[in-house]
Amino acid sequence: MGRFLSYLFEPGLLSSGPVRVAVLVGTVVAITSGAVGVFTVTRGQSFAGHALADVATTGGSGAFLIGLNQFWGFLVFGIGAAAFLEIIGVQRRRGRDVATGVVLGAALGVAALFLYLGAARTSTTGASFTVLFGSIFVIAPSTVPVLIASGLIALLVVVLLSRVLLLSSLSPDIAAARGVPVRAVGAAYLIALAVSVSLSAMVIGAVLSTALLIGPAATALRIAKGPVRAMAVAALIGVIATWLGIALAYDSYYWPPYGHGWPVSFFIVAFVVVFYLLTYLHRPFRSRKAEVAGAAAARSGERACSAAS
Amino acid sequence: MFSGFMMNTWIAATIVAVIAGVVGFFAVLRGSTFAAHAIPNGAFAGAAGASLLGINTLIGLAVFSVAGALGVGALGRRARHDVATALVLVLMLGLGALFISVGSQYAQETYALLFGEVFGVSAGEVLPIAVLGAASVAAIVVVFRPLMLSSAMPDIADARGVSARRMEIIFLLIVALATSMTVPVVGALLMFSLMIGPAAAARSFTSRPGLAIALSVAFGLATVWTGIAVSYETNWPLGFFVGVLGAAFYLAGRAWAALRRTRAVRVGRIPAAATG
Repeated sequence: MGRFLSYLFEPGLLSSGPVRVAVLVGTVVAITSGAVGVFTVTRGQSFAGHALADVATTGGSGAFLIGLNQFWGFLVFGIGAAAFLEIIGVQRRRGRDVATGVVLGAALGVAALFLYLGAARTSTTGASFTVLFGSIFVIAPSTVPVLIASGLIALLVVVLLSRVLLLSSLSPDIAAARGVPVRAVGAAYLIALAVSVSLSAMVIGAVLSTALLIGPAATALRIAKGPVRAMAVAALIGVIATWLGIALAYDSYYWPPYGHGWPVSFFIVAFVVVFYLLTYLHRPFRSRKAEVAGAAAARSGERACSAAS
Repeated sequence: MFSGFMMNTWIAATIVAVIAGVVGFFAVLRGSTFAAHAIPNGAFAGAAGASLLGINTLIGLAVFSVAGALGVGALGRRARHDVATALVLVLMLGLGALFISVGSQYAQETYALLFGEVFGVSAGEVLPIAVLGAASVAAIVVVFRPLMLSSAMPDIADARGVSARRMEIIFLLIVALATSMTVPVVGALLMFSLMIGPAAAARSFTSRPGLAIALSVAFGLATVWTGIAVSYETNWPLGFFVGVLGAAFYLAGRAWAALRRTRAVRVGRIPAAATG
């Protein structure tokens, strides 16, 4: 077993500084994304969640261009986009994907400009790769505290709002009748989503951000009952996928092609999708209970018959 | 601006704008904008894989975009549609990250596949674009009536025996076909902007499908032509102008629709309460 473990996890994994930061930040991002993602999936806002990651990334490249701390670029663009989406109606079921798409298209255009201007000024062309895929191994330790703090704030908002949020996600009319300010709750949630997504887009890239937001939450909603339990399960799945992904990416320095590792985002995405597909093997809880009840009824019926004969 | 090598650019961009306008109309009508974003983006990963293996990029694009379309269709059967799309998108992009990193290609190629290389279109590339473009428009023409019915009124279409699921797969495959030919020219991100902005604007101006498709194509052409001209003069990336012009058309459409609604209320054709 020990040999197997040392085969799976290269010795010295946790003594490396960047890996420790990656594990710490990855864990916070995975927990926040998982919990926030449960409501993203319930409300059918996956596209908005993905679009916010891309828009925040545009902000990051803009901040890079004018020499600001990238963190503020991500946060300002993410929250700005969330506010704009709220105004043009992302909360409506009809036509909201179109509105999201238009905002995303415009942001991507601006991203193209920022990247072009950035490349013209600094002659680095690797920016488009970093923008999309990020790298969890190159987080500056100085940004870690503020990353963790804002992640926890987003998490706290969603946990505190979870009951009203669930009610207003599932049946807005009943929520409104009970005096829940549905629109304000939705807006607050959207801001929390924007904060969580811009953080994760900054540290792990837009691709991984969407993967950790949607994948674990969709998996959890298939196997867990109730929003609180689903949030816990989603956070757990996200953390497991992140840890395994980081460990394998660290190992992959010794895989072909030698000399540089495989991207960590590939591993994490692969685990997230595999976990989701595994739930297809699991039958829905309710139907299994119904089956058990049906079988018990049949058995007692048989017994009654045999007793009668 | 209209010299020899630029002619290929104008022709290719015009074809792309027409395809994007027609396909985009249905993407907007069906609310499949997320799929319209995911399939070109995933196709980009296919191109990276193809150049890793040393085969024709177009094959990689076609394989990945069709696989993406089928994946969204298959997963969407058992789960929420947007969740299925998101998972397929991140899986394909994750593979793309792997291909790029293993192949250690020039980052310039990544940029070109994402944001396009419309000024580098060669004469040899125009023909396959035209053929695939004609094929995707022909496919739309063939399934026009059932596709229109199932996009606008899924319940009635179902009652008439038009399977919503089959139409969804057919539509996603058309998006995949349109995508695999346009991504090398205009890039994955630009193709998406070009499908959504003009079509969404056209829908705000009219509710008649034929007119809306024509308007969508016209807006797309206006966007692309203006974009190329300004981009040629300023040297700024075309993607910027297309993204911003598309959004501007959309906002103009929304403003027009709002204006028409308030005027209708004022003359009393619609009770004020109904405009909500």
